[in-house]
Amino acid sequence: MDASNGIEAEGLVRQFKEVRAVDGIDLEVSPGEIYGFLGPNGAGKSTTVHMLTTLLPPTAGRASVGGHDIIREGAAVRDVIGVALQDAALDLLLTGREHMKLQGGLHGLSSDEIAKRGDALLERVGLGEAADRRVRTYSGGMKRRLDLALALIHSPRLLFLDEPTTGLDVQSRAALWDEVSGLAHRDGVTVFLTTQYLEEADALADRVGIIHRGQLVAEGTPAALKDQIGRPTLEAVPADSAEAERLEAVLSRFGDPLPVSNGSAAVRLSDGTEELADVVRGLDSEGIKVADLQVHAPTLDDVFLTKTGRSLEGAREEHDVEADTGEHATEQVTA
Amino acid sequence: MASATTPALRTQARYLAWRSVVRTMRQPIVIVPPLVFPLFLLAINASGLSAATNIPGFPDTSYLAFALAFPFIQGAIFATNTAGANVAEDIGNGFFNRLALTPMSGPSLLAGQLTGVLLIGTLQAVAFLAAGLAAGATIEAGVLGALVLFALSLAIAAAFGAIGLFAGLRTGSSEAVQGLFPLMFILLFLSSATLPRDLISSDWFRTVATINPVSYLIEGLRSLIIIGWDPEALALGFGVAAAIFVIALWAATLALRERLVRT
Repeated sequence: MDASNGIEAEGLVRQFKEVRAVDGIDLEVSPGEIYGFLGPNGAGKSTTVHMLTTLLPPTAGRASVGGHDIIREGAAVRDVIGVALQDAALDLLLTGREHMKLQGGLHGLSSDEIAKRGDALLERVGLGEAADRRVRTYSGGMKRRLDLALALIHSPRLLFLDEPTTGLDVQSRAALWDEVSGLAHRDGVTVFLTTQYLEEADALADRVGIIHRGQLVAEGTPAALKDQIGRPTLEAVPADSAEAERLEAVLSRFGDPLPVSNGSAAVRLSDGTEELADVVRGLDSEGIKVADLQVHAPTLDDVFLTKTGRSLEGAREEHDVEADTGEHATEQVTA
Repeated sequence: MASATTPALRTQARYLAWRSVVRTMRQPIVIVPPLVFPLFLLAINASGLSAATNIPGFPDTSYLAFALAFPFIQGAIFATNTAGANVAEDIGNGFFNRLALTPMSGPSLLAGQLTGVLLIGTLQAVAFLAAGLAAGATIEAGVLGALVLFALSLAIAAAFGAIGLFAGLRTGSSEAVQGLFPLMFILLFLSSATLPRDLISSDWFRTVATINPVSYLIEGLRSLIIIGWDPEALALGFGVAAAIFVIALWAATLALRERLVRT
């Protein structure tokens, strides 16, 4: 593993007219690490990837990828990185094998190397049998896997994956996670992965950075981030919906109320699960019957909620509304 | 471990040209109309306008031979469309970013696309010439003249292809490139495509045809078919084709530089 396989960024900014899509991001990704960049649509994830992969010059700040400055040494950066962007941009008229030939050829591989490595990669991502079919006949999952194989044709030391599993079924997603995990932990490839899926960041990333409105609001291992939140949440559903307010009043004695939407009440327990018995006794003494009572360990969504004041899901919906009304320019400007 | 190195420009261009040709060959809609429509129009013109040969001063030849240059230009107009639409589609669907992430250089992208255009142009030239000869036309400049005819038609295809590349790179929109198509046809019909310039009776039409560069492209091609060796017509034909090519390629290079903002 090469010590210069990391990523460093300082004060990275990208401004699109009035909109600051990326607003002063500092990053440090270690060689061989899987770094999950988590945030809703429009948070600035793709813009950051476009800058780090040299497709978009930053407005301010600096960054180096694989030991090369992204502004002054763009060609050297491109030599050491593999990239699968948000949309698997493929030529529907070419076959999988022909994509390998084109990509390998443009990277300067010999015909023998292209054939050997191309075939091996196509097999590895499960496209061996479909290699000679035109891409227009591929499913979404097959296109994503081909995209990954293409990103690897020139044996890059760093891999950028921009929402690689968006739109994939559970099985395809799991297969891609396995492959990415193997690349990092077996082959020592540094992986910078953007995602809006909490479970993806949780399952795959060694460290997670949470981006919100162009700023990095939290960073650490998934476990450390959850530990920062520390306290579990308790959610209860009243047996009689008319009791919802009383239920909330009782629960609020044991922690900070949390927003919920389905007629239930939730709190972040002040003293952890040790209070659970007290909560049940409190409800019993008030005569409130509950239909359901659940304790949740902290998740990355809780981290997101704590750091940004809204859940990831809520932030996604907010972005969708903004996108619909055209009030907020997004990273898609760069697409 | 594969060893990636930055390939030579000609190697990059070869791969991009290969892709361009494969794409074209797999789209009958891109191949058939540029072959069929010009021949169809040639057949209509040759039969419908044959009386024009009776006009005093009209060259001593069949109207078929006179009009045979027409499909070459029409084919080149299709080349504009193909080259521009291909590059615009790549920009629209993100494939351009994929290419930009490789060591691909700007000139190799242009050269690759244009090579694809030239290969299709060759196919068209062979088809048009074969159809003309089969219908009874002859090439006054002989076999060597036929080769020069090929060369000029390819130069014209390259020039029009470069216009297409510029439009595709500048707008990134296939629709905008398609919008050029009728404009190019107007230029073709406002040229000396259907009558020699000195026989166009309308003053405005003759003036427009005289300043219209397409006239000189057609006259260069036509001279080989109906006159033989006409150095002035050939020099003007090649000169205008080269001028259009250089200007369009320069504009396409600037558009590419703007589009390819990678660091």
